[in-house]
Amino acid sequence: MNENLFASFIAPTILGLPAAVLIILFPPLLIPTSKYLINNRLITTQQWLIKLTSKQMMTMHNTKGRTWSLMLVSLIIFIATTNLLGLLPHSFTPTTQLSMNLAMAIPLWAGAVIMGFRSKIKNALAHFLPQGTPTPLIPMLVIIETISLLIQPMALAVRLTANITAGHLLMHLIGNTTLAMSTINLPSTLIIFTILILLTILEIAVALIQAYVFTLLVSLYLHDNT
Amino acid sequence: MASVVGIFSHSSVSVPVKDKKLLEVKLGELPSWILMRDFSPSGIFGAFQRGYYRYYNKYINVKKGSISGITMVLACYVLFSYSFSYKHLKHERLRKYH
Repeated sequence: MNENLFASFIAPTILGLPAAVLIILFPPLLIPTSKYLINNRLITTQQWLIKLTSKQMMTMHNTKGRTWSLMLVSLIIFIATTNLLGLLPHSFTPTTQLSMNLAMAIPLWAGAVIMGFRSKIKNALAHFLPQGTPTPLIPMLVIIETISLLIQPMALAVRLTANITAGHLLMHLIGNTTLAMSTINLPSTLIIFTILILLTILEIAVALIQAYVFTLLVSLYLHDNT
Repeated sequence: MASVVGIFSHSSVSVPVKDKKLLEVKLGELPSWILMRDFSPSGIFGAFQRGYYRYYNKYINVKKGSISGITMVLACYVLFSYSFSYKHLKHERLRKYH
């Protein structure tokens, strides 16, 4: 039972070669591009969604921050489609692997911070000390603010990994419970099945929300540093 | 894949084996047909591209495309993932001896 519970998180391999690369490359197949103004229904709905999210996200940035808009919009689309595809039965979700989330979080955070330190160094350093702190507390507070800055990429990656992994695990466990209880006690099976349905709806929401949160925080770090 | 159409589409006209489509190749010519296909990386990429556009133009790039165009792709993805996880799923079958 223990071996089976975590076996769905193992990266799939074909004869030892990582098939996870193929699975990561699958979502772009679902998002076609077009050179025409009026397209088929799939492209039209996707373009409408992309326009909605990009407008929502990029209005708070100035001109320099908006140069990142391609990066952030493609980030949110990638995370959202990967999380939603992971809700299909038997599929492998790349965002459950901490390695991939770290690979996404660290370069983006580092890019935003380095950009801030290069252009406006006084503003960037001023983040380390909030306004109006009493003078004796200053050394300690600087240390605390530095730690909270350095922990941001770790928090981004671990937040995404933990949320998606926990959701998948819960669904596995409750699904197994439903199956096991179906022979023992029927009314409780129906209750547990209702819980499973609610959990699935929650997971769909979590998939989208996590994408949003990741991207929002990256854009927040960007806003601080432009 | 070049196909010979028009007045040359009946079998009594001899067409070189290389240019035939798969359903027009006779069974005895199958090994030589397979060997003549282009298996270089650009050839394989071209084959994937042709297949993608064949599916895309038939089911998605139409005036009133329905949701089945994309659900067929997702169903194939589910079957593909099932084949990967079969190895540890077969221990969960309800059998007396595994």
